[in-house]
Amino acid sequence: MPQTIPLSWYLVLSAVLFALGAAGFVFRRNIITMFMSIELMLNAVNLTFIAFAYHLRQVDGQVFAFFVMVVAAAEAAVGLAIILTVFKNRATLQVDEIASMKN
Amino acid sequence: MDAIIFLIFAAAAVIFGINVVLRTHPVSSALALIGVMASLAVIYLLLGAPFLAAVQVLVYAGAIMVLFLFVIMLLNAGSEKKSRGAWMARLAGVPLLVALLTILSFVIFRMYPRSVGVKFGSFAAGTVERVGSALFTTYLLPFEITSLLVLIAILGAVVLGYKELD
Amino acid sequence: MNFFLLSAIKMAMVMGVLMLTLLYLQWAERKVVAHIQVRLGPYRVGPHGLLQPIADTLKLLLKEDLTPPGVNKGLYVFAPFLAITLSLISIVVIPFGPAIEVAGVQTWMQLTDLNVGVVFVLAISSLAVYGIVLAGWASNSKYPLLGSLRSAAQMISYELPLGLTIAAPLLMANTLSLREIVLSQSHYYWGWIPAWNVLHGPLPQVIAFVVFMIAAFAETNRIPFDLPEAETELVAGFHTEYSSMKFAGFFMAEYANMFTVCSMATVLFLGGWLPPWPAEKGSVFFPSVMFAAAGLIALRHGLYRARPRDRRSFQVIAMVSFGLAALFLIPAFAQFFSPLFWFGLKTGLLLFTFIWVRGTLPRFRYDQLMRFAWSFLFPVAAVNLMATALLVAIFG
Repeated sequence: MPQTIPLSWYLVLSAVLFALGAAGFVFRRNIITMFMSIELMLNAVNLTFIAFAYHLRQVDGQVFAFFVMVVAAAEAAVGLAIILTVFKNRATLQVDEIASMKN
Repeated sequence: MDAIIFLIFAAAAVIFGINVVLRTHPVSSALALIGVMASLAVIYLLLGAPFLAAVQVLVYAGAIMVLFLFVIMLLNAGSEKKSRGAWMARLAGVPLLVALLTILSFVIFRMYPRSVGVKFGSFAAGTVERVGSALFTTYLLPFEITSLLVLIAILGAVVLGYKELD
Repeated sequence: MNFFLLSAIKMAMVMGVLMLTLLYLQWAERKVVAHIQVRLGPYRVGPHGLLQPIADTLKLLLKEDLTPPGVNKGLYVFAPFLAITLSLISIVVIPFGPAIEVAGVQTWMQLTDLNVGVVFVLAISSLAVYGIVLAGWASNSKYPLLGSLRSAAQMISYELPLGLTIAAPLLMANTLSLREIVLSQSHYYWGWIPAWNVLHGPLPQVIAFVVFMIAAFAETNRIPFDLPEAETELVAGFHTEYSSMKFAGFFMAEYANMFTVCSMATVLFLGGWLPPWPAEKGSVFFPSVMFAAAGLIALRHGLYRARPRDRRSFQVIAMVSFGLAALFLIPAFAQFFSPLFWFGLKTGLLLFTFIWVRGTLPRFRYDQLMRFAWSFLFPVAAVNLMATALLVAIFG
């Protein structure tokens, strides 16, 4: 078994997770699941940051990943508050049915 | 040893990730997402970032996902209904995503050939001391601005929730 | 010695002692609560009910394992498993004692020391809520769901003061490794007063310690914060639908969590395995004196009891205590076991507080619980942290 793993494997893992997140965001119609797909994409990006922090032997990438986590937490708090409000007013979580501005 | 751990957890992350997208019930998706986050935390450890691995579990799995589950249970959200928009998105989206993934992988493999490797333990800067000192010296201004952002987020959440109550 | 072999041996020892502790913690709780309520508690199975935990375990093992209809099967089985796993993981970073040398092998009385130990414990304890939330949701029943919703809100709320109070002693210790935190408390003021974080300058962390303990009660779902399983309101809360070994899993997880938070409090605030006054000034003799005194009391009770069974059992307890007292006089034995004794004594006193409070205080109302966390505990913890940071910056 080789002692080193190519950096590209980490990056491809990140790309796969990002694509899955994007797919979830596009395909799913439940607002909460869409939101979770965004979190998945953010996680994938974090992996890239940390992989490059390793590659460049710098701690800055990790600091940036830290900021992403903080922002994701803030975003989750506000986003879920918005979802609660939407559900209160529309009684649905399907994004297709929240279309009162359409037509 | 490194390679085995990486492969196990990378496979776990991808399988959980597929579950996030394919499961129709939000609770199952949320649990799969927690699985992705936990697997990624292990991979962060391999990349020499123990502090971020712990924070990943603490913040993402321990706080954000609990909030998600809480909201899902509070709203008693059931399985997702099929709709026409979703079908159209799938038709157009799948080729686009496959193309995106292919291009990304191609670029990655071109830029970073096999010789550029990751060896566990050869980079140990992810300690609390190093991350902390970078955070409070080089990145002090972004850090303070982030605290402002969090404050605004709290206010926003309170305002939205308050309206909802009365 | 081989790293894996050594780890396996240490793990087996810790697991064995821990499981025994958990079993008898439940016995101790029943006994203490009984005596607070002027009852005798378990008395029939074995002398003083000492075999009661084993009988209970057997009963739970042999009970029918019910799976109610309509539950989400996978998660229903997974939840208690998750709860117990997460409650046991944190033990790996708790330091029970200093470095020891057995048969030429030097090792620490700790399974592993992470340089992010404290964050690790916080991360694992923040996951503990999943066991409860999933149990409540998978049960597909009203009361469990209400219990798990309460639990999620409560645990998120009390994690904040918990985290803030943990940060204050970290500022004084300047490290996140639990072992180093204990070592940073190892000197004495004027040769007598220990520099434990709860007494250590520039700002003694008394407030942090009290807030930590209150938040720990809430995190472990103990009375007065046991809203998730409030039996007068929610039948049994999140584990209403569980029976047999799955119920035992939740039960054990609760006690394991109690043990973890108490040992965390010991490490962070009470100096871990360090004795309260220096060894050369006589703290090495304290275990002997304590066990001898306990033996004398037991002997006295044994001689004047009306019940013939008590007359025998108290004398056995007295003999065991005298034996332990004698053992602690042997330097080679005391060297190994007095750190463990002090750690156990401190953790045990905190665990006793948990049981004592259970026998004393009534349950909070839900709105009181939330208001208490956000408008009292959180500000107090935040002010304490800021004051500590300021004083450490000035004097540290």
